[in-house]
Amino acid sequence: MAVVYVPSLLRSLTGGLAQVEVAAGSVRELVDALEERYPGMGVRLCEDGRLRPTFSVAVDGVVSLKRLNQKLEPDSEVHFLPVISGG
Amino acid sequence: MTHSIIVHTTLNSQEIEFLCEPRQSLLEVLREGLGLTGAKQACNNGNCGACSVILDGVLVNACLVLAVEVEGKSITTIEGIGGPGGLHPLQEEFLKQAALQCGICTPGFIVAAKVLLDQNSRPSEIEVRRWLAGNLCRCTGYDKIVRAVLAAAERMAETPLEVQA
Amino acid sequence: MSDKQTPIKDFQVIGTSPLRPDAVDKVTGRALFGDDVRLPGMLYGVVLRSPHSHARILSIDTRKAEALPGVFGAVTAADLPSFTDAGAYQRYQAENALANQKALYYGHPVAAVAAINPHIAQEALGLIDVTYEILPVILDVRQAMAEDAPILLDDLRTHEAGSRSDHSSNVASHEQTSCGDLELGFSQAAFIVEREFHTSTVHQGYIEPQNATAQAHEDGQITIWCSTQGAFGVRDQVAEILRVPVSHIRVIPMEIGGGFGGKNNVYLEPLAALLSRKCAHRPVKMIMGYDEVLAATGPTSASYIKVKIGAAADGRLIAAQAVLCYAAGAYPGSPVTSGMDCIFAPYKIPHVQIDGYDVVVNKPRTASYRAPGGTNANFAGEVVIDELCEKLGMDPLEFRLLNGVQTGDRKADGMPLPVIGFHEVIQAAQQTPQLSAPLEGPYRGRGVACGYWGNYGGTSSASASVNADGAISLVEGSVDLGSGRVAIAMQLAEAMELPYQDIQTVVGDTATVGYTEGTYGSRATFATGWAVYELAQSLKGQLCERAALLWDVEPDQVGYGKGAFTNRVSAESMSLRALASHMDETGGPVVASASVHPSKEGPAFGVHIADVEVDPETGKVSVLRYTAVQDVGKAIHPIYVEGQIQGGVAQGIGWGMNEEYVYDEQGRLLNASLLDYRLPTSLDLPMIETVLVEVPNPGHPYGVRGVGEMPIVPPPAALANAIYRAVGVRMQILPMSPPRILEALWEKERN
Repeated sequence: MAVVYVPSLLRSLTGGLAQVEVAAGSVRELVDALEERYPGMGVRLCEDGRLRPTFSVAVDGVVSLKRLNQKLEPDSEVHFLPVISGG
Repeated sequence: MTHSIIVHTTLNSQEIEFLCEPRQSLLEVLREGLGLTGAKQACNNGNCGACSVILDGVLVNACLVLAVEVEGKSITTIEGIGGPGGLHPLQEEFLKQAALQCGICTPGFIVAAKVLLDQNSRPSEIEVRRWLAGNLCRCTGYDKIVRAVLAAAERMAETPLEVQA
Repeated sequence: MSDKQTPIKDFQVIGTSPLRPDAVDKVTGRALFGDDVRLPGMLYGVVLRSPHSHARILSIDTRKAEALPGVFGAVTAADLPSFTDAGAYQRYQAENALANQKALYYGHPVAAVAAINPHIAQEALGLIDVTYEILPVILDVRQAMAEDAPILLDDLRTHEAGSRSDHSSNVASHEQTSCGDLELGFSQAAFIVEREFHTSTVHQGYIEPQNATAQAHEDGQITIWCSTQGAFGVRDQVAEILRVPVSHIRVIPMEIGGGFGGKNNVYLEPLAALLSRKCAHRPVKMIMGYDEVLAATGPTSASYIKVKIGAAADGRLIAAQAVLCYAAGAYPGSPVTSGMDCIFAPYKIPHVQIDGYDVVVNKPRTASYRAPGGTNANFAGEVVIDELCEKLGMDPLEFRLLNGVQTGDRKADGMPLPVIGFHEVIQAAQQTPQLSAPLEGPYRGRGVACGYWGNYGGTSSASASVNADGAISLVEGSVDLGSGRVAIAMQLAEAMELPYQDIQTVVGDTATVGYTEGTYGSRATFATGWAVYELAQSLKGQLCERAALLWDVEPDQVGYGKGAFTNRVSAESMSLRALASHMDETGGPVVASASVHPSKEGPAFGVHIADVEVDPETGKVSVLRYTAVQDVGKAIHPIYVEGQIQGGVAQGIGWGMNEEYVYDEQGRLLNASLLDYRLPTSLDLPMIETVLVEVPNPGHPYGVRGVGEMPIVPPPAALANAIYRAVGVRMQILPMSPPRILEALWEKERN
């Protein structure tokens, strides 16, 4: 089961849970599964079939360039993070 | 319609003449008319020293000198520092001490430091810092620049150069 | 991309300090920066800027300007394509380049003109008639957040984790990070400190102003020469603003005179291209005056930050809360989320909540400035931590050892930290000469602050070919801000096991090298270094095949080491140089390219120590001594790593002590020159001592960790903490300029 760290402002949709476990083979499947269990999550995270540009997604400690297309291991850890900048 | 003036001057030891408008700064004429782009247009109003040149032995900001003012005078730019023999000790020490990062301020610092060492061959650290306070650098924090000038001074004191124009 | 990391061993090139390829040209003044570009038929462009910080633009008439002899054309937003079908972000990009209907900050570009020389172009500006309807001005973040504040952007809604508010606002977004239970945490704390902080708008202060020369060809191609940190970024943005395909644009980055994050965004490039189109396709050069740089490029956010931290009696941190309100300038995009990432990052704290607000105000749109958002947040957090240490009676560095994060610890957002060197840095700081040197005398004090910066990976490309003389020609995609080019060349030399002198390096442009993100995020040495490591593997593989052909053996019977190939069957050997002369008879040129996007960039930690002396009569603070200790990963070119740290510290000292934008009530910038926007001079700074702690980053073949941004983060806090120890006042506002120090001293006297 993948462990999802729920963004702080979305925990109202998970009844306050900061971490949830979901079975999914990719980030896209994960988001679909989250939407099914916690209606409304999907549209917060995604728009027009893509992860919103204001989010990055990190899998097992590494920000993923593949975003929704990133494959997950059975015990992957997934974080949805705000995008941060560099100069 | 503005009229142009012919100015006669000595530039990096060569007698030359150039055409300019009265409203043009020496910096503009060096860069646009004479192809000497070592002096930089940065603040363009005398606050950063990136356009430092030597006018009759005096350190000046070329952006604050009108081109017509150099009539009959002698100018040295960064292009005139270091001779046929190679780089000036200041240039060599700047390289060795890594006293540059982006390099935009470097010609100005080398010109300014040269005038200092022409007048004071063994400056202290505080004398170097005070002299160079008119040259701004945003990359290095000045540490390695000051070290380079002090190192060049030491080298030049040991092996004096021929006088540069 | 190989996932193997080379075990750290005795390097041959890495760790030495060779001469940069561009160094001689820079000390002789020969190097070509953007303003040194000269093209036949070149015209000079200048920009007309709004004198009002918030106004509706009712009309613009350029006819008289265009009629002036010597003027070839003028452009306004009417010359830009339509953006009615575009998203908000794209519209804002275009509007920032040329105001459309509204001017949102003093200096906002309204029109541009090109003429045969800059003097005539300036005269022409005075002939452009613009009518404005002046609107109420908002400069302060908290005022902008108020319910009844005048709205800057009618279509701006507050975004909150994927949802949008239904009414317009000046708050572009609200983000939150939290873990644990804040209320519970504070209820368990024995000591709590709570303070509010203000930081002023500051600018990157690169000495070279923005400049660009553009040639719009008749066939629709556009060539741009400019001062930029990233040629591909310029290409993408110009394509967006002019709505032309990226492949029609070629951007050639010239040598750059400083960037620090402020030269990732375009300002003049699209204007120069528009002017070139309008002016008979002649090339148009534009360079900003320094007043324009300050007023109208991208300073970093002013901010208002509230911090509350609680610790147990034994000194362990229990709870921390922060609210960060960052001014984004005229359009959304402040670095508030980076500030949120930094603020408590050095510490293990079980209960945390951080709220960040991105707020628009009538100031120029912010751009990145070296560790964007980090310095503001760090100032607030580290001053409160210092106060906590005082209440606890704990030594500040012992406190950091007790509470400091280590490899594997989770940040407030839940992300686990990879291999880091914070404890090593603290321990090294405890050993520095400065810490044990006595500091005697009245009004003198020593302060400490630590900091964190995450660094960034990103996409980098490079290509290389083997020359017949055995030297390698490298084209790499990262613009060199002052140390990247040599560090990348050194990594190729190391990977090829050749002397550094055998690598010839040039920086590519968008037509000559693969896509490479800009030199920002402390990423060039890390990511482009990785690209050259990858292509070296390919070059070596190909050369082994060539040697195998010559020796008539199988490629796996050829060994390579230290610049020489060995025939494992016959024990013959041949230098790479000798093999290279046979390329033409073994299959032709040997070339390779690589494009990488590494993501295991290692975060950097630092501890800074500042000694100050305060003059109680004038409020002037002298920095007597300064040491910066930093985990730099494996230092590729140690002297330039020192230089990066010294430069960051100098900017941090300027940020802390002198630099600020001064606006009048109408939002006009009063100190738009380097006379009054007070950068540190050589007389303001001591020698800056650096201690390089090397904890290699296992996420890179050579252990590289980004170094350039971290050092600007702690200085304001270190100085504030030193000032406290010198004169007993806790500064909560930046810069800590003489008038503010005096006010704080007088306030203390009154109480």
